[in-house]
Amino acid sequence: MGLSDSADTRLSQEGAATVAADDPAMAADDRSGVLVAPLQTIMNWARGHSMWPMTFGTACCAIEMMTVGSPRYDTDRFGIFFRNSPRQADCMIVAGTISLKMAPRMKLLYEQMAEPKYVIAMGACAISGGPFMHGYNVVNGVDQIMPVDIYIPGCPPRPEALINGLLTLMKRNAAGELSAAQRYRLETEGHL
Amino acid sequence: MIALKTLLGVVVIAIVVLVNTIVVMWCERKWLGHMQSRQGPLRTGWHGALQPFADAIKLLGKEDIVPANVDRPLFLIAPIIAFIPSLLTYAAMPWIESFVGASLDVGIFMVFAITAIFPVSMLFAGWSSFNKYSLIGGFRAAAQQVSYEVPMAVAIAGVVMLAESMRISDIVNAQHGLYYIILQPCAAILFFIAMLAEINRTPFDMPESESELVGGINTEYSSMRFALFFVAEYINVFTWSLIFSLLFLGGWNGPLFGGWDGPLGMVWLLLKTYAVIFMVFWVRATLPRVRIDQLTALGWRILLPFALASVFITAIGVFTNNFVLIVLEVIATAALVWLIARIGERAGEARRSEASARRCSDGSAIIPDPGSSPGSASGTSHTEVGA
Ligand code: SF4
Repeated sequence: MGLSDSADTRLSQEGAATVAADDPAMAADDRSGVLVAPLQTIMNWARGHSMWPMTFGTACCAIEMMTVGSPRYDTDRFGIFFRNSPRQADCMIVAGTISLKMAPRMKLLYEQMAEPKYVIAMGACAISGGPFMHGYNVVNGVDQIMPVDIYIPGCPPRPEALINGLLTLMKRNAAGELSAAQRYRLETEGHL
Repeated sequence: MIALKTLLGVVVIAIVVLVNTIVVMWCERKWLGHMQSRQGPLRTGWHGALQPFADAIKLLGKEDIVPANVDRPLFLIAPIIAFIPSLLTYAAMPWIESFVGASLDVGIFMVFAITAIFPVSMLFAGWSSFNKYSLIGGFRAAAQQVSYEVPMAVAIAGVVMLAESMRISDIVNAQHGLYYIILQPCAAILFFIAMLAEINRTPFDMPESESELVGGINTEYSSMRFALFFVAEYINVFTWSLIFSLLFLGGWNGPLFGGWDGPLGMVWLLLKTYAVIFMVFWVRATLPRVRIDQLTALGWRILLPFALASVFITAIGVFTNNFVLIVLEVIATAALVWLIARIGERAGEARRSEASARRCSDGSAIIPDPGSSPGSASGTSHTEVGA
């Protein structure tokens, strides 16, 4: 899902305008000084301080993902709070191997999530297929199916690494950066 | 002028309620966190005080999904039906003697009538979502409502008999010096249990039991509509804790500052309310969820008979004196607590005997013998290592 260089430069040049156009409703309003900018600031602050991942674990990495919610690592400190229903979740942590049979289900869950949505590929399996890369039924990386925001390497990554990944995502939101899905749409379809 | 005053009162009361709701949300996450040896929110504002705002604003900014195949009008209206009655309750709720929306003759009756609308919204949400988990959640909400509203109303009857009024401020004023939790311990416990079911807190959070029903009635709701359900739920937590402290804990009465129904009485009322809310969250952190059949059985077989007994005892007390009343109520309370403890014990015994039935007579776990041929002994054995 990598972005081409030209798209990257275009994004950085358009920087502020693109950020203000984060919300389609706001994009329609070009007088982005009076009301829209403060609204966008507040929205970015909120998105940077609240992140509800969906519980979606398919293999051993999921054990580490569960640990992250436990008292020792306690992601509740950062406002990270697991929700069961994809409708209310902000990001999907793909924790584990994705088989060819699982892939359509994963895509369905992703499509059930509400925009803006983010995907975190946790572990070697989610990034590239990992140790099962050459298996006949293993998807070689979730980015073949969905746009991925954060890659967390490891087999499995430590809980601290997952927390770091989530915090990086939240920092990007706070800075008003677009999600991978939004960048992809901008690149391919020309709008958010 | 009167219209202006009314409008101002409505705005002030709504603000007071919503501010308290946000505090309750924050308290839940902090208290639950510390009870589970975690920290709870820390990074957003002072000790996470702004966390509810961040969550709410983020939810506002999300896509509003109305799935295909839903029953559209019901689906759209359900969160509103959940939210409005939860605020409407405060029309008849006194904070202190002089700060009350409408001091109705039938105040407590009206509060009951309005709160009974909330499960209807859940049923709407469950039915209209076109999702099996939502539907089960909605039906559970209805079943729960029917089996808990009745004992709750009967438990209130004792309080109304003692105060000889349904006006909430009269009930509070009748508690000068002697709170009804002392005169009516059995009714207070019944009310507290029924209250937990009413506000859908663990162990009675059947309509949205997360580990069974994904999100229960909330499953298909996103964005603002989910936020409305979420906020309504916490308003209800606050409402019922407030009612509990008004009916049983003496409301704005207190020994120190403010004294009897002065303006500072509101401080007393809020202190008591937050104590009750703490109990609610404490129970949530302690107990696992019951099954729906256990829940309805508890409501009909235990709570309702005891509530009727409590009313009977109160009637005796009204015709004799408070001492007789307290003694009889304490006996009833002891019986109630013993019965509930016994049920828990029996459930534990049943589980243990079930587990031991799956073991060998010498108590060792049955494991398949690796040496035996496949299909002989291993066909009937269970793997129960370490169970
Ligand atoms: S990356 Fe390693 S730990 Fe994670 S799911 Fe794959 S094999 Fe398991």
